Amino acid sequence: MNKYLADRLATACFWAAAAVITGILLFFLTHIFWRGAPVLSLAFVLGTPREMTAGGGVGPQLFNTFYILVLSLLFSLPIGVGAGIYLAEYARPGPLTNLIRLSTECLASVPSIVLGLFGAVVFVWYLGLGFCILAGAAALALLNLPVLVRVTEEALRAIPVSYREASLALGATKWQTIRRVVLPSALLGMVTGVSLVAGRALGESAILIYTAGLSVSRYFPDFDPFVAGETLAVHLWYVNAQSLVPDATRIADGSAALLVLVVLVFNLCIGIPSRILQRRLLGGGGK
Amino acid sequence: MGRLVAERLTAAEEAIRIKMEVQGLSVHYGNTPALSNVNLAVKANHVTALIGPSGCGKTTFLRTLNRMNDLIEGVRVTGRVLLDGEDIYRPGTDVVALRKRVGMVFQRPNPFPMSIYDNVAFGPRIHGLRDRRRLNEIVEKALRDAALWDEVKDRLRSSALGLSGGQQQRLCIARLLAVEPEVVLMDEPTSALDPISMLKIEELIQDLKATYTIVIVTHNMQQAARVSDSTAFFLSGELVEYGPTDVIFTRPRDRRTEDYITGRFG
Repeated sequence: MNKYLADRLATACFWAAAAVITGILLFFLTHIFWRGAPVLSLAFVLGTPREMTAGGGVGPQLFNTFYILVLSLLFSLPIGVGAGIYLAEYARPGPLTNLIRLSTECLASVPSIVLGLFGAVVFVWYLGLGFCILAGAAALALLNLPVLVRVTEEALRAIPVSYREASLALGATKWQTIRRVVLPSALLGMVTGVSLVAGRALGESAILIYTAGLSVSRYFPDFDPFVAGETLAVHLWYVNAQSLVPDATRIADGSAALLVLVVLVFNLCIGIPSRILQRRLLGGGGK
Repeated sequence: MGRLVAERLTAAEEAIRIKMEVQGLSVHYGNTPALSNVNLAVKANHVTALIGPSGCGKTTFLRTLNRMNDLIEGVRVTGRVLLDGEDIYRPGTDVVALRKRVGMVFQRPNPFPMSIYDNVAFGPRIHGLRDRRRLNEIVEKALRDAALWDEVKDRLRSSALGLSGGQQQRLCIARLLAVEPEVVLMDEPTSALDPISMLKIEELIQDLKATYTIVIVTHNMQQAARVSDSTAFFLSGELVEYGPTDVIFTRPRDRRTEDYITGRFG
């Protein structure tokens, strides 16, 4: 086989792999929206669910999805980003660093169902929170944490050493260098990571079934973090598996489509402002 | 009596003219020696060139002068490096303040991914300057001193990454001048640039000498001959010869220096 043929063959293989991925995604999206889009109406998206009769909506579930996500990020972002900064900028090779890295990797490899049961034992029962939004958010934070650590560390490591050297050689302290040069430059990488984390969290069900519960507050919207808060993904599972409503399939189809939309909108919502923020951090002031 | 005072003054002037003095400096990376027992005095308002083959320790030497070597894992420095008579390796030295006095220009232009203005304003800002008017003045002066003002004055707000390599390097020099260092260390500042940009930077070095003390590492013999007043030749971590540039280039004492300068060397 000559090298030109091999070259063309290699190109074809990688092209095919990329096409398969795109194909799978397109199939899922078309399938989900084909069945789900007709269901999406204002009454469905913002309406309250019904237990026995057809025509219920998923308003509270949609609200809970975001509420739990935001709360979980609130818990996990400071710790995850902090640990990531530590590992990328401060940690020296040694037993402590190895321990932190090992812990992060172990946490990342815990199956979500185990985190869910852990959350049920610790947050729901031991701490006595009961099935509630707060317990769900705390358990979800455990899922986010290792990913955030890794994403932050990788985003910071991708910033050239020359930026750090330039800053230090101007008499900047380490923190000034991190705060004014490294973090702003790494912001987009970190936001990409947070989007990934958020996407995963939005679709997470196993953890939340055992911590946030399968029911929603009778008020909508209810900001009380101590009430049960079923999310969209959990609802999707619930209506298919246990619900008594006659239009369960319709609700599941609509929820699935809505969930995909939510992930998309959420990523746009943090992607665009973070670009603006980066421009301001790197080019701020002094006009 | 009068003569005595005059002599003292000359002695004092001589003392002032030594900006940095390196005494018995040895540097190890782990167990690998990089520099051994280097003694060298950098004169104020002089351009001192450091030459030698790759791996001879000249960059290591340069980076000990503002303690940028501290950033490297497992580095061990012995000996003394005096800046205006004060040992910068003495325990308790404020390294951040030291680097404000002894700044550095790197081999590859490394502007921050910010606007041209913010690159130059970076130093003054981290040292606490907030006043806009004052910042504007400093930025303009630094850019003028770095011979870049006329080329960028209409696009101070655009990204520094859009400049050419030579402009980026002059921007990095402007960024350094904005913090008003006393000593400027340059690590092969033109090796990544085209010949015209190189000449611009060399002219700039000549202009800067009036205000700053400059130490420059270069692989380019002609450059060392063109820009420097004193030249130090390093080989395998040792300082082989150090003296006035014209002497080093015309009548070197050491055979190895002569071999290197005339290109009869590995």
